Amino acid sequence: MIKKMFAFILLMFMAIMFYALNSNITENKELFGVARSYAERGAGELGTQNIVTSIVVTYRGFDTLGEVSVLFIAATGVAVLLRRKEEEAPGKRSKRQSSEILQTGTKLLTPIIIMFGVYIFINGHLSPGGGFQGGAVIASAVLLLFLSDINYEINHNLFNIIESFSGAFYVLIGLLGLILLGANNFLDNRILPLGEFGAILSAGAIPIIYSLIGLKVGTELASIIDNMKRD
Amino acid sequence: MELQNGILILMGSAMILSAILAMLVKDLISSIIAVGVVSLFASIIYLLLQAPDVAMTEAAIGAGLSTLIFLYALHKTKDAEEEND
Repeated sequence: MIKKMFAFILLMFMAIMFYALNSNITENKELFGVARSYAERGAGELGTQNIVTSIVVTYRGFDTLGEVSVLFIAATGVAVLLRRKEEEAPGKRSKRQSSEILQTGTKLLTPIIIMFGVYIFINGHLSPGGGFQGGAVIASAVLLLFLSDINYEINHNLFNIIESFSGAFYVLIGLLGLILLGANNFLDNRILPLGEFGAILSAGAIPIIYSLIGLKVGTELASIIDNMKRD
Repeated sequence: MELQNGILILMGSAMILSAILAMLVKDLISSIIAVGVVSLFASIIYLLLQAPDVAMTEAAIGAGLSTLIFLYALHKTKDAEEEND
């Protein structure tokens, strides 16, 4: 009873807080400050059609590098915690084959899903989406493979090599900005020519950076799933 | 504009409903699916509010991968219980 009362009081408290927050919100008719600056400069300065991408990859590129590092640490943590159990228990549970529908559907869909993931991160500077979204889509294709075939194993060496190299090249591109364009230009996309606005090979280094992030996130999430699946 | 507000309210109520369902349902698998449905409705709301980038992330990670990780975790805990019996 006391527990329920406590939960109720907590809920009321949250409701009051949210009401106070909500009543203070007024609709902005125009952008202010740094948001306005990004929205106005983004397309012309960096050649990106998608303003979100210009902020995520270039203006706030350092934050993205931090996010990628956090994901890397999380994946490593999962691997360290779950790998150890592999030696203890051999796991003699009888495994059931997945259904015919799932197996056939997976064969048909996996290439298309991977292609869609690659499309999302290559077109990151033109359309919504980018490295993280594309990587998650690729990881879900790997997940489908795991679900349809119980004995499926990913090539760990290949995945580790792709992950390490894309991470290293991402930092390297960031450092290239420092070398070619001088200080304050870490992760600047203008180390390559901007090209024609709206073309697939435009916006400088953004397609390369997003492809690297996509590969890195995809392989990391796939190896997290792989570690989770292990008995 | 009216229609969009209507859809938003509908989606928001569906989110709250499935969140409550996730707590009340006895079967844990149904509960996990309900949590995934919350994410799915959230991603539709993001899409309607002109944030397609966030919507994609929410749909892929919130509704897809995290639901699955919960399912794997549930699978493992179930096994442990059976061994103890």
